[in-house]
Amino acid sequence: MLHTVNKSPHGHSALAECLRVCAADDVVVLIEDGVYAAIAGNSRLPGPDAPKLYALSADVAARGLAPHLAEGVALLDYAGFVQLCCEHPVIQSWY
Amino acid sequence: MSKRFLIVCRQPPYGSSFAREALDMALACAAFEQRVALLFLGDGVLQLAGAQQAEAIGQKPLDKQLGALPLYDVDALYADADALAARGLSDTTLALPVQALDGAGIRALLTEQDIVLGF
Repeated sequence: MLHTVNKSPHGHSALAECLRVCAADDVVVLIEDGVYAAIAGNSRLPGPDAPKLYALSADVAARGLAPHLAEGVALLDYAGFVQLCCEHPVIQSWY
Repeated sequence: MSKRFLIVCRQPPYGSSFAREALDMALACAAFEQRVALLFLGDGVLQLAGAQQAEAIGQKPLDKQLGALPLYDVDALYADADALAARGLSDTTLALPVQALDGAGIRALLTEQDIVLGF
């Protein structure tokens, strides 16, 4: 299953609610303000037990976060995002 | 008569129009020769991240527009130190120089104002 999260983890509970119900082989894509969860050292960075995390590269670049990206978060371009969506028939948007 | 305006920015830069509205308000206040300061709280500190390439999502980079504020004599910029730390940012990596304040500093700043506008 694929999850998208589009809200900052500091101002909203969307990411926490998503991670709480994620299965180990799920995939989480951080988009729009969701990418703020991917900053290294931020207090809401998902732990090592979290599912595979991606951040949409355009949203990361737009917000000036490319130099601050945490290890373990993979950058995803739009084509890659479409590919992931095709691979996962079930998608949940957290917003 | 000149008044002390404080513009409180609490939202991240691109997910909504709050950040741009706050900037417009700051520039309007400055154009009318008011004394303007900006305070970045909570997710608002995310507006200050450097090297924003907002063209990637079809928007104008907010950090560059904030950087123009000193040209309009708006150079009192303050940020919540705890909010920066919680978000993995430090005042050395920001797009423009701001004064980082703790809770007591923020309270003191708020009490000095004639008008406080929240965004």
